[in-house]
Amino acid sequence: MSSIRTNRLIDSIFKYVGIACTLIGIIVLAIFLGDILLEGIERIDWDFLTNLPSRRAEKAGILTAWTGTAWILALTAIIAIPLGICAGIYLQEYGTKNRLAYLIELNIANLAGVPSIIYGLLGLQIFVRTFQFGGSLLAGAFTLALLILPIIIVATREALKAVPNSLREASYGMGATKWQTIWYQILPAASGGVLTGIILALSRAVGETAPLIVIGALAYVPFVADNPMDEFTVLPIQIFNWVSRPQEAFLVNAAAAIIILLAITFVMNGIAVYLRNRWQKKISW
Amino acid sequence: MKRTSEKIIEIILAFCGLVTVLTTLGIIWVLVSESWGFFAVVPINEFLFDSEWTPLFTQKRYGILPLLSGTFLTTAIAILTAVPLGIIIAVYLSEYANRDFRKVIKPALEILAAVPTVVYGFFALTVVTPFLQTFIPGLGSFNALSAGLVMGIMIIPVISSLSEDALYAVPKSLREASYGMGATKFQTSFKVVVPAASSGIMVSIILGIARAVGETMVVAIAAGQQPNLTFDPREAVETITAYIVQVSLGDVQHGSIEYKTIFAAGITLFLFTFLLNNVSFWLKKKYQEKYE
Repeated sequence: MSSIRTNRLIDSIFKYVGIACTLIGIIVLAIFLGDILLEGIERIDWDFLTNLPSRRAEKAGILTAWTGTAWILALTAIIAIPLGICAGIYLQEYGTKNRLAYLIELNIANLAGVPSIIYGLLGLQIFVRTFQFGGSLLAGAFTLALLILPIIIVATREALKAVPNSLREASYGMGATKWQTIWYQILPAASGGVLTGIILALSRAVGETAPLIVIGALAYVPFVADNPMDEFTVLPIQIFNWVSRPQEAFLVNAAAAIIILLAITFVMNGIAVYLRNRWQKKISW
Repeated sequence: MKRTSEKIIEIILAFCGLVTVLTTLGIIWVLVSESWGFFAVVPINEFLFDSEWTPLFTQKRYGILPLLSGTFLTTAIAILTAVPLGIIIAVYLSEYANRDFRKVIKPALEILAAVPTVVYGFFALTVVTPFLQTFIPGLGSFNALSAGLVMGIMIIPVISSLSEDALYAVPKSLREASYGMGATKFQTSFKVVVPAASSGIMVSIILGIARAVGETMVVAIAAGQQPNLTFDPREAVETITAYIVQVSLGDVQHGSIEYKTIFAAGITLFLFTFLLNNVSFWLKKKYQEKYE
């Protein structure tokens, strides 16, 4: 008899343990965000956003860092989006049964598990050395583009998969070729899902630090980049640099820069979630 | 005319897909060719068994063991944190929680995965380490414990969401049979559903390990940058990834032996994650066959 009672007790205790564990991660995150806001919010002002880096913490700003991040974001998008969408279309619409597609698919699954720092080593040897881009924005953008390519490809495939076959058949029935069907019917119908995947992939690229350090992005860049061959820094690297210094004042700078970085990341993720919900509601096939 | 342009388009698309294959080949080629130069100078015996890693000092030793122990230590702490929490969260969300709670909590957990890792590093160094120091005497300002714990929090979503999918895939009939036998929800969850989903949960754990092994910024910031052959979580350690960052930040001559060490370290890291990924594919395949 008592064993039944014990079992019931365990059962009801677990309910609370479950809630507690679920909330732990979120509470830790909340403490952490609160801590960063308290430490850094007062440091953010117009000067902080428009000042060049400096050895003196109170004069240092993140102008080169955020413009570098904007450059990297734009260049990575230009390289990765067409490649990723085309590869996704190929895998989903053309190569469902051939060997090449199988090879590519297996390979994408493997690439998704490669640590980002390894991409840095690839970028260092291929883009920085072999193509002689140096530690430039272009080398960084190519490296990050390869890093996020698997994410875009998988998202594109998922979105295309969700488009019903009746749409394809109707288009073929009207005499459209395969490409016309894809370009005028399938891709527009899948655009919401594709866009969501692209934004999530780019927000990943914005937060990447390690591969860019490996290809030689610098912490101290005293000018704003004005072409893709310029040397650069990005927000995460600036944060890493400030965190590595012993003076308290630089930690405050780091907290302030983290607020900016998190704002960018969360806005991108928010847009992606919004698009995903809207897209899921709109289609009712 | 139409047919040729269709063919050309298909070839262009296939080429875009091939870029990913070229990426893999590029990674393997870069790692192998550069570490070839390294192993021409350093005998593989020394690399595997020497207990000191000091390529940046005048007295150079090239034993990878201290970097491996650092990687192992931080990964173990992260996994010990993330696995129990992740699995309990998964069981709770899949078996106990109501829909509304799930709807709110799941996006919140996703935020944990969206925060850039450099931010977690800052957190480990400036919040977690000082907190731990209040009750762990002798804890250095750089230590494996704090980095590992924070990394554990970071990979909770990896384990919880994949495990939840696995639990969700267990057929309802199994649960009903268990309830029919008079089992409680807790007994059903842990004695029936979790074992039935065990391969899926294993996949999530393995992917979590792979994430922790390859994680860079948290350990580079909070665990320290001195190679240290130890299993004491209170000490500063250096992981393989943190070493690569350390060399990249310095002024190392291209083509020198110091430069090549990062590729030797990189290939070691790559082999580990490659192995872990393939074990997870193999498990996933087995498990899909079981229920579909």
